[in-house]
Amino acid sequence: MSDELNSPQYDVPPEMQGQIAITTLDKIYNWSRRSSVWPMFFGLACCAIEMIATATSRFDIARFGMEVMRPSPRQTDLLLVSGTVTKKMIPQIVRLYNQMPEPKYVVAMGACASGGGPFKEGYNVVSGIDNYIPVDVYIPGCPPTPQALLHGLITLQKKIDKQTLKTARWYDKESEAAIPVPVFGPDIMDPRDYEAIKLHAQEKLQAELNIPSPEVEQG
Amino acid sequence: MSEQTVTRTLDLAERFPGAVTPDERPGYEGYLVQPGRLLEVTTALRDELGFDYLSSVTGVDYLPEGKMEVVYHLYQSVGGSALVLKAQIPRDDPRAPSLVPVFPGAELQEREAYDLLGIRFEGHPDLRRILMWEGFEGHPLRKDWREPYYEEDAKPFKSRWPEGHVWRAEDKNPFHKNVSYPAGFNPETWVPEGDAALYAALGKVEQRGASTTMKTDQVIVNLGPQHPSTHGVFRMVVTLDGETVVALKPVMGYLHRNHEKIGERNTYLQNMPFTDRLDYFCSMSNNFGYALAVEKLMGVKPPERCEYIRVIMAELTRIVNHLLAIGFLLNDLGAYFTPLIYAFEERELILDVFEAVSGSRMMCNYFRFGGVARDFPEGVLERVRDLVYERLPRKIDELDLYLTNNDIIRMRAEGVGVLRPEQAIALSAVGPVLRGSGVPYDVRRADPYSIYERFDFDVAVRYHGDVYDRYLIRLDEIRQSLRILQQAVRDIPDGPIQEGKPQYQVRVPAGEAYGRVEGPKGELGYYVISNGKPNPWRYHVRAPSFINLTTLEPMALGNKIADVVIILGSIDIVLGEVDR
Repeated sequence: MSDELNSPQYDVPPEMQGQIAITTLDKIYNWSRRSSVWPMFFGLACCAIEMIATATSRFDIARFGMEVMRPSPRQTDLLLVSGTVTKKMIPQIVRLYNQMPEPKYVVAMGACASGGGPFKEGYNVVSGIDNYIPVDVYIPGCPPTPQALLHGLITLQKKIDKQTLKTARWYDKESEAAIPVPVFGPDIMDPRDYEAIKLHAQEKLQAELNIPSPEVEQG
Repeated sequence: MSEQTVTRTLDLAERFPGAVTPDERPGYEGYLVQPGRLLEVTTALRDELGFDYLSSVTGVDYLPEGKMEVVYHLYQSVGGSALVLKAQIPRDDPRAPSLVPVFPGAELQEREAYDLLGIRFEGHPDLRRILMWEGFEGHPLRKDWREPYYEEDAKPFKSRWPEGHVWRAEDKNPFHKNVSYPAGFNPETWVPEGDAALYAALGKVEQRGASTTMKTDQVIVNLGPQHPSTHGVFRMVVTLDGETVVALKPVMGYLHRNHEKIGERNTYLQNMPFTDRLDYFCSMSNNFGYALAVEKLMGVKPPERCEYIRVIMAELTRIVNHLLAIGFLLNDLGAYFTPLIYAFEERELILDVFEAVSGSRMMCNYFRFGGVARDFPEGVLERVRDLVYERLPRKIDELDLYLTNNDIIRMRAEGVGVLRPEQAIALSAVGPVLRGSGVPYDVRRADPYSIYERFDFDVAVRYHGDVYDRYLIRLDEIRQSLRILQQAVRDIPDGPIQEGKPQYQVRVPAGEAYGRVEGPKGELGYYVISNGKPNPWRYHVRAPSFINLTTLEPMALGNKIADVVIILGSIDIVLGEVDR
């Protein structure tokens, strides 16, 4: 432990080595945060099963201090988006994300969460969770093996290690506003896009009025 | 069997003159029924001819002919082959009578046909959208409905790299997202429908059954879609009187991944990996059902060795599934994670076998039409032999020893969530839920497929119909699967594993086929219609978990809210299959 934390600029007298460590606030802060990331106990689809498999004896996520899975978003640091994100589910996911306290991280596990995956063309499928919430780590695979998931989580730990208190967004004076929750319309609607939706629907109407194109139905 | 079918033909057309005519399109089977007389015909079939089990209800959009068709698959609960009924209705005003008064098990399936195809079932008690939300534009499975990322009607699509320039579906969409809105739509004046219809449906139920002796307030509680005990993104809305459930509605669609729409654009073989992701615990059994349906259409039969390989894979899958079902049930009962970790330990060993033969742990994509993708690599058969003779029997006995007579489990599970046999049949329950209620119906015996006739095994059945029996029956079935596996591993012959040459693009003659297997969760059926083109015209999955959910409400009523969680756990649902 002390090796990991010690800052090399300071020499510790030989008789005290192994007992004290001189370090920076950033380092010890990040070290403790990344060694106790609590994921949300939240499974969406197939990937969730591999997530559970990662928690069991063969792979043992507890080695990384991540075995404490909490069903409540208010007690978690990590949103593991494990599976296909559908339009019907996205309002819940955005809401869960908003309810998580800072510092929070998002891992997109598997092809679906990263970009829609095999179901991308589906009418009820969101092509990537990053359309709505920011993602820290993407893990490819369908589903990713537990080893791949562990690699993704180690990558997240490395990312946490590089953060510094000076620029951390959760200590900003103007903390980030909550992400607006999408609304069920004729299709899913992101409140940030309302202007564009209105504009485009008007253009579509104009086009239909000007050129009354016959509805060609393909058999 | 064929003789019986012939007599039935005569009977049916004679018994209902003017209402029933044989379906004479080439490649089709069954009967066309006048929609107006459907209720009369099905009631008579149920009461007089013993067709008391409605397996599947779905719709087909015949766009070129300008009509829609509602397709019913009926079975006798004593076993035998299917009776297929079809009601043809005009496409511009699709209305059909609801079969819920005759077969309550049709409820969720009719709602699905309404949601995705817009067929209105008259007399349905609660006809709302089920997979999409209220207010969604259009009925997606209609052939002229196009998704926002629409490219072409059928795969393989043209190149997405024309002249070396890559384009993505996002680039063609004005919002760079998977969305589209009707012309002239104004989001600022839009009022979302919300859950008003859902709560109204609950209210209706509430007036029927609530006790009025004490003046207490009833509370509506939402469980899910994010809830640790709903096995994924399932949501149920319950009305509580104190802690007692007086009304319950399942809400689903949170994992609706559009299998059927995508499946109808795909070529036949392209659908195989998609079936893996239906019930993601049991990809091998899912492959099996789909392969059977398409093989029926193509008229091919896999070689001997392949049949054995298929049976070995399907039965190993059943063991995996039942182990996990027990593990998750124990989780719901409060034995948090420890039994589940025991179950996962065995699962890992079986997944090693899957990975060795197919290259993937969970999504095996292993079956092909008329064969399997590849033969067993060296050493796999020995590993399976070791598992089914040595390790698994010992481990199952261990689970049995630790759990079955545990006081807490018995107190929580015995007598809770009782489903009577006649109820189970009427509600179209399948698999362990049906057999746990005392109905010995197993597709492997009732309507044998593949080579299951050769094996010596019993159809496990338990008679109390409560949560405890549904736990016990899974242990029984694991033991029966081990018996089958021991015989299969002993008898497996050498030989080819694929009939003919392996093909990417199979030629499927026009017609319809319904392939069904006894998946770990129950009868898994695939209804495939081919019009001779490389893509299926209709591809429907009759998902056991989805239809088993019809039994949730009758089982939960009158129980405590804490018991609803274990009742759901004992049904053993997987959301990938419920929502598809």
